[in-house]
Amino acid sequence: MPEKIIEVRGLNVTFGDRRILHNVSFEAYKGEVTVILGESGSGKTTILKHLLGLYSIREGYVSILDKDINEIDEAEQKQLYLQMGVFYQNGGLLNSLTVGENVSLPLEQHTNLELDLIKQIVSAKLQLVNLTDVFDLFPSQLSGGMLKRAALARAMVMDPVLLFCDEPGSGLDPVSLASLDKLILNLREQLGMSIVIITHQVSSILRIADRVVFIDKGRIIFSGKLKEALENQNMRVHNFFHIG
Amino acid sequence: MNTSNNNTSEGNINLNFENDTLYLKDSLLIGDLDFWIPSILAEIKKNPNAIIKINLDNLTRIDSAGVAALFYLQGKLSKLNKNLQISGGSQSIRKKLDLFSYQKSPATKKKEKISIFEFIGDRFLNLYYQYITSYFTLAADIIFWSVTDIFKPKAHRKGEFYNQAVHIGVNAVFIICTLSFIIGLVIALQSAAQLRNFGANIFIVDLIVISMMREMGPLITAILVAGRSGSAIAAEIATMKVTSELDAIKTMALNPIRFVIVPKIHGSVVTVPFLTILADAMGILGGMLIAYLYLDIGPNVFINRMGETIYNKDILIGILKSLIFAVLIVLTGSYFGLSVKEGAEGVGKVTTLAVVVAISIVIVADSIIGLIFY
Repeated sequence: MPEKIIEVRGLNVTFGDRRILHNVSFEAYKGEVTVILGESGSGKTTILKHLLGLYSIREGYVSILDKDINEIDEAEQKQLYLQMGVFYQNGGLLNSLTVGENVSLPLEQHTNLELDLIKQIVSAKLQLVNLTDVFDLFPSQLSGGMLKRAALARAMVMDPVLLFCDEPGSGLDPVSLASLDKLILNLREQLGMSIVIITHQVSSILRIADRVVFIDKGRIIFSGKLKEALENQNMRVHNFFHIG
Repeated sequence: MNTSNNNTSEGNINLNFENDTLYLKDSLLIGDLDFWIPSILAEIKKNPNAIIKINLDNLTRIDSAGVAALFYLQGKLSKLNKNLQISGGSQSIRKKLDLFSYQKSPATKKKEKISIFEFIGDRFLNLYYQYITSYFTLAADIIFWSVTDIFKPKAHRKGEFYNQAVHIGVNAVFIICTLSFIIGLVIALQSAAQLRNFGANIFIVDLIVISMMREMGPLITAILVAGRSGSAIAAEIATMKVTSELDAIKTMALNPIRFVIVPKIHGSVVTVPFLTILADAMGILGGMLIAYLYLDIGPNVFINRMGETIYNKDILIGILKSLIFAVLIVLTGSYFGLSVKEGAEGVGKVTTLAVVVAISIVIVADSIIGLIFY
């Protein structure tokens, strides 16, 4: 069994009177693509925001890269963020900066590298996601697919150990989605990253997942290898893959 | 048992009563209900035992509204202690009945009545915990980082301070100069006639200079900056929040307050005092024009008198006010920007609130400073 990179145990989340997550527990392993899947509103993004430390954990245990994120201080949280890349559903690129400035931002802020070197690294990352001649364009000037790829370039500019992707394929046509999936798999192969993806797109899951965590109405109803998920007899899981 | 036999028809509907049973024929669709429901209710009113069964054997089509009408009728009769039975119907009709069967929505909890004092207390506590404490917590955070980051230029992007100074300050020069000139002119114009009546023409200088330097200059500048930049700051930060840009900044191990808000504070604190000085000068210039045109006070006399009227204290109070207003405007814009909850609608709401609250806070702060340094 590969090394655990994420461990979630007994995570309960309540917003006001509404219980969003019920006793959520799962693991993700090094070098694997783990897909957290489920229907819209099932609680996938809430899990992600807890993993990223954007929401504080009231009940439960979450460990990322062997760090209990409830126990770490600000400096440790910063170190953890530096080992992680996050690819947001709508890109999350800063609209006031050009693509080049967006991608170079983490390098500018966290390293003392020369600007020319930063530019070289950024160009290499943009090339890796098949983006050329966009360095000086603003996010609003890019197409949906290009925006996603630029966001992916920014997410991995610091060569993270762990990459989180929130609905990477939303709003993309099937061809662009397939090419984005291929890109994610290439990055895994080339950079050896562990990847956690939130999605509900079956075609994408079948292409990229090693392991799946199925969430339904805030409860984990399956967690394991993709192959096991495809053979699982739970009606919700079966219907999701075979009918949905 | 009722023995009435009744046949009425309108549109596609035939109301065919036999004894206590209503036989529905053909279709029961949304367009038929305007006639169907009142007719049946009238029949029940006339004779409460008219219908206790509805037979659907001859019904060929029914839609969701038709099903709802059947259950509505059942509900009406149950209030009269009658159990309306719905029977018969083809398989497809029964399927529709199951599909659209009436389910009572869960009863909503009745709100407990509370006294007016409880209501006011509740609102005050809500205001205190939801707004006032969080405003001051954010203010403390922003002021701490604003002071700390003066000595750490790497904490935010290169050129960001310059950008903010241009947005907040330089781009506002024209509008602030124009409006201050007009306000100085209007104040002088309104006062000129009164002063002339008392032969106190020369005091127009004292009036204009002191009111512009101590009160109107800082206040006009702050209100215009709040309207221009306060709203822009709130909208920008709120949009960044709803499009996950702030989350992205945080997960890049950067502090959104230092990265987004602190440059705005620095840009505002540096430029607003200069804008205020410009506003003072333009207001006085407006007053000088009126003094010359209506009170025969030439520019030389006006300037000489000005020297006797102005004290350092007046200038310093004006500058102090402008510094405080600069911080309050950015704080308020940032606070409302960060407090956005929903999407595009939320951005609009917090932008409006930011402007209204920023102007109100500026006016309150102005009166407090005025009282302190009277």
